[in-house]
Amino acid sequence: MFHQSALVLFLFPVIRPDAPVLLEIRNLHATVGDQPILKGVDLTLRAGEIHAVMGRNGSGKSTLSKLLAGHPAYAVTAGTVRYRGEDLLALAPEERARAGVFLGFQYPVEIPGVSNLEFLRVATNARRLAQGGEELDTFAFEDLVRERLKVVQMDPAFLERSVNEGFSGGEKKRNEILQMALLDPLVAILDETDSGLDIDALRIVAAGVNQLATPENCILLITHYQRLLDEITPDFVHVMAAGRILRTAGKELALELERRGYDWVDEGLASSDQAEACAPALEVA
Amino acid sequence: MVSLAMSPVTSPGSASTAWLESVLRAFEPSLPGAGESLGGLPRRRSVARDELRRAGLPPTRQEAWRFTSLAPLLAVPPQVLPAQELGPLPDHPPASEALRLYWDGDRDPLAGVALPEGLFRLETGLQDSLLGTVLGATGTAGSWSVRFNTALAGQVLALRVQGNVAVPLELVSDCRQGSGVRPLRLLLVLEEDANLDLLQVHRAAGTSLTSVLVEAQLAPRARLRHGVLAQGTESSCLLAHLAVSQAPASELDLTTAVGGWGLVRLEPAIVQVQGSAATRLRGLQVARDRQIADLHSLVRFEGPNGQLDQLQKAVVDDAGRSVFHGAVQVPQAAQRTSASQLSRNLLLSNRARVDAIPQLEIVADDVRCTHGATVTRLQQEELFYLRSRGLGADQAARLLLAGFCDEILAGLPEHASRWEPASALLRQGLSR
Repeated sequence: MFHQSALVLFLFPVIRPDAPVLLEIRNLHATVGDQPILKGVDLTLRAGEIHAVMGRNGSGKSTLSKLLAGHPAYAVTAGTVRYRGEDLLALAPEERARAGVFLGFQYPVEIPGVSNLEFLRVATNARRLAQGGEELDTFAFEDLVRERLKVVQMDPAFLERSVNEGFSGGEKKRNEILQMALLDPLVAILDETDSGLDIDALRIVAAGVNQLATPENCILLITHYQRLLDEITPDFVHVMAAGRILRTAGKELALELERRGYDWVDEGLASSDQAEACAPALEVA
Repeated sequence: MVSLAMSPVTSPGSASTAWLESVLRAFEPSLPGAGESLGGLPRRRSVARDELRRAGLPPTRQEAWRFTSLAPLLAVPPQVLPAQELGPLPDHPPASEALRLYWDGDRDPLAGVALPEGLFRLETGLQDSLLGTVLGATGTAGSWSVRFNTALAGQVLALRVQGNVAVPLELVSDCRQGSGVRPLRLLLVLEEDANLDLLQVHRAAGTSLTSVLVEAQLAPRARLRHGVLAQGTESSCLLAHLAVSQAPASELDLTTAVGGWGLVRLEPAIVQVQGSAATRLRGLQVARDRQIADLHSLVRFEGPNGQLDQLQKAVVDDAGRSVFHGAVQVPQAAQRTSASQLSRNLLLSNRARVDAIPQLEIVADDVRCTHGATVTRLQQEELFYLRSRGLGADQAARLLLAGFCDEILAGLPEHASRWEPASALLRQGLSR
């Protein structure tokens, strides 16, 4: 039997074969309670790459992103995730963050009473220590954060407020990208960073992400819509359905999805289920 | 460890009667001598002592004490808390921007102190006539905490406020050495347009009981920002009755923050004598182990257009217990009253307990009164969000707790930050 994950590996178009693999997901199965959500995800992210995962609501996109960040609600039932060769799943959420895995939340949490500035400073210092650097004192951190604010054109007044409290949707997403700018991750997973943004805010957030994309890190964009990908050009687009990566191609796949919707994915899913035992139904454009 | 028996603590000849009698005797010698002028205080004391002897300690079958047994008091030696060295506290030197008075119920806190402009010692004659009037207005003169304090306190710190007092006042009672009982009584008269920031700080460590009685009278357009920051330990008890009468257009901003006490009960009692005043109450209780933190508040509007904004919070861990009883009385005369009351509670263990009892008595028909209570645990999504940014689980929990408390602590007078209230209360009040 030819397993589907092996096929994805085999057919995956590698752009920079020499770039180090940062994140390697193999045959990942996961549940929430008794409900299986992920049913064999395979994905490889190399340094310098931008990947987009698209799919319908309920396809498992957000589960994948939260699971990678260590959300306690999800249980891995099979498969592996290796981050720079190490077992990511063995790490607590804070250890993953300190090691350089970042999740930009779809719904950033409001935390009344906790100063945004203080939160950012504590988080930044946790990451810096893990990188072998030194903690920044209040003054040095303020210098750094004011510099990074420019990445998302954010008003310094937001630093004085409680974490995300009373922020508009766009302000919350900018605050997420500000955190990404401060934490300097190697793997950044951005879960529907475009949701709830008007076109101006989308451009600002996307420009911020583009600034932060380097040959050393990789970005995994989770999105429903092409419009984010008009601003951030992905190297790969993956279509997720029923807890699996069903199809992988270049950026043109997003345009096809925009044009044709997801119905054809269902057809592909049905044929893939049917053919799984004998021959894979994956295509690579 | 203090025993917390839930059965009624009074019966003839019981330990509670004996304890109360011993306390009354211990405080008898400190009564002022014949002919000594302390206004109506000796007479009031005498009456209160008789009433107290008749009433004994209130049992838990009394509605007002249903959730709060006074049994922990019996562990406090029935004696006067020995006088302690007054002067700068090494860990908390006085703030240059505030006037600190050391308050031990024995020595005169004003001796040798140059009062700032607008703050005066209340003349004895005025003190005589005013003592008890606020309690009469709030209708709480008969409450047990008031009687107990009245029976014991041999001295009243009486202050008059005129105009804007630019220097915040800090009243510090430090019971961290020795064991026994300390009664403290304050009479505060704010004249028309007066403005005062007052921070009351209570600290205790020994097996002690601090009994506090505050009467504050706010004339029209007076403004009082009053903070109570009380940090105790398992063997210490605090009973505080805070009575305030508000004339029209006056503003009261009362913030209480207590943590770590074996037993603490605060009783803010506020009356808007003709309505048309603004009352803002903020409260935080932190309790762990088998500590009991109780806040019984009463706000009554005796005229129209009054406002109340009340937020009471509790953080309870282990087998700690929080009690909030919030009475709001809106009689027929109090039309167009606007009152909101909210109780928010955070339970950190399965054994922790919260009793939140709103009691709104509304007779007037043209009013807007709301109340609500929530009891939650630390939010998993908030914890995960912080952990996903590299904060350890304990650090994330501490930050969330500090955030929960901050909404209240931010209401303390500004110079209170020097006492680092969040870390003090959470460190002593919680195990995490």
